[in-house]
Amino acid sequence: MNFENILNTFEILFSGIGTTLQIFIISLIFSIPFGVLIALGRNSKNKVLSGMMNLYILIIRGTPIMLQIIFVYFAPYYLFKISYDRFLAMILALVLNYGAYFAEIFRTGINSIPKGQYEAAFTLGMNKKITFFRIILPQVIKRILPAMSNEVISLTKTTSLAQVIGVTEMFALAQKQASYQFSIMPVCIAGIFYLALCGIITIIFHYFEKRLSYYKIV
Amino acid sequence: MAVLEVQNLIKKYNEVEVLKGVSLKVEKGETLVIIGASGSGKSTILRCINQLEKIDSGNIKIDEDLMIKEYKKGKAVYQSKDILKKMNLKCGMVFQNFNLFPHMTILQNVTEPMIYVLGKNKEEAEKEAKEILEKMGLQDKAKAYPCDLSGGQQQRASIARTLAIHPEILFMDEPTSALDPELIGEVLKVIKTLAEDKRTMVIVTHEIQFAKEIASRVIFMDDGKIVEEGLPEEVIDNPKKERTKTFLQRFRKM
Repeated sequence: MNFENILNTFEILFSGIGTTLQIFIISLIFSIPFGVLIALGRNSKNKVLSGMMNLYILIIRGTPIMLQIIFVYFAPYYLFKISYDRFLAMILALVLNYGAYFAEIFRTGINSIPKGQYEAAFTLGMNKKITFFRIILPQVIKRILPAMSNEVISLTKTTSLAQVIGVTEMFALAQKQASYQFSIMPVCIAGIFYLALCGIITIIFHYFEKRLSYYKIV
Repeated sequence: MAVLEVQNLIKKYNEVEVLKGVSLKVEKGETLVIIGASGSGKSTILRCINQLEKIDSGNIKIDEDLMIKEYKKGKAVYQSKDILKKMNLKCGMVFQNFNLFPHMTILQNVTEPMIYVLGKNKEEAEKEAKEILEKMGLQDKAKAYPCDLSGGQQQRASIARTLAIHPEILFMDEPTSALDPELIGEVLKVIKTLAEDKRTMVIVTHEIQFAKEIASRVIFMDDGKIVEEGLPEEVIDNPKKERTKTFLQRFRKM
């Protein structure tokens, strides 16, 4: 194991980090609004809708994500003989999974705002839209940031499961290199990539938490 | 003419009647004080008038508008949204726990309803908000956040915020009950100046001495009903009903 070898491996893994980042960013962008929808559904007064959302969250949280990824990609094939893009399947599986987890965070965040805030806004004549966007949402965001940062960091690492349906992202390359070079070094380099990515995300979340620390929620 | 009229109001929570037919009138410029033990239904009246609770029977009239249009099969049918909104804006509510918006400065708390409900522009709203805050003795707290204020200051700020929508009637639901004893005075002082300005107010309080000082009329409630009603010197100093006497005696002993 020499320096040139390490550099070489770095370069090979780097070519896969694009896919890793794409999976991460696209899934994140779509799972947040999806999570909002599930949260609203679960909070709905419609018992059928909220019951369905409950069941959905139970299924997602109660089964391994690897199973879900395999299901999302292979079920259409085995059931209807439809095969589609593996990358798309990975994104879809992550959105379905993380949407459910985000939904729980959003729901508890919204429900943790004291009733008095709604009552004060109402007696001041504010309509529902203004109450939600001007009064409730800013407080919800502050409350859910720490929990969100946990899930977002977990998402960066879950991208490595893409290889179970044959998507070649960074970690798949690392494993290939490890067996090819008969060395643990490529896997360690992959670890450094994940660490760096999580470090950046942590810094971003800390920045926002700090920016919102000017007030306390009573 | 009465600005507010509550007509035979009945309110139930899961079949338990908390208001058992309450009627009262408030004239323009008067300060009505409601006293009574906890659970006697005092706060519920204010919450029904402010549309925070649904009415089971009876009606509420503010100026010319009735809150309930009609009763269909014993169920109250509320007026159209527009009328309810108009009635809601005529009522200002001050809560026991202030309910200030924690993510906004005191100034923003006051300007928020001016801008987003009354449609004023920012400069106009800030100018007026500063005047209101000065009246409440909070001019130097405009840029502070609620969490940096004492309870008394928070309650004064919440009164300022309520005044921002120019309510015709100001309701206060135990405005000093969440405060440390040494902070009660400053809030009562502010309320007193409002009473002296001839603002129409309905105040629920446990401060009997204070009630006597500012009330134009006092109502004593017990078990969801009005037991006694009259001038403060009648109800507080010379109560006629036995229930009122025992309630007030407890306060005298304290």
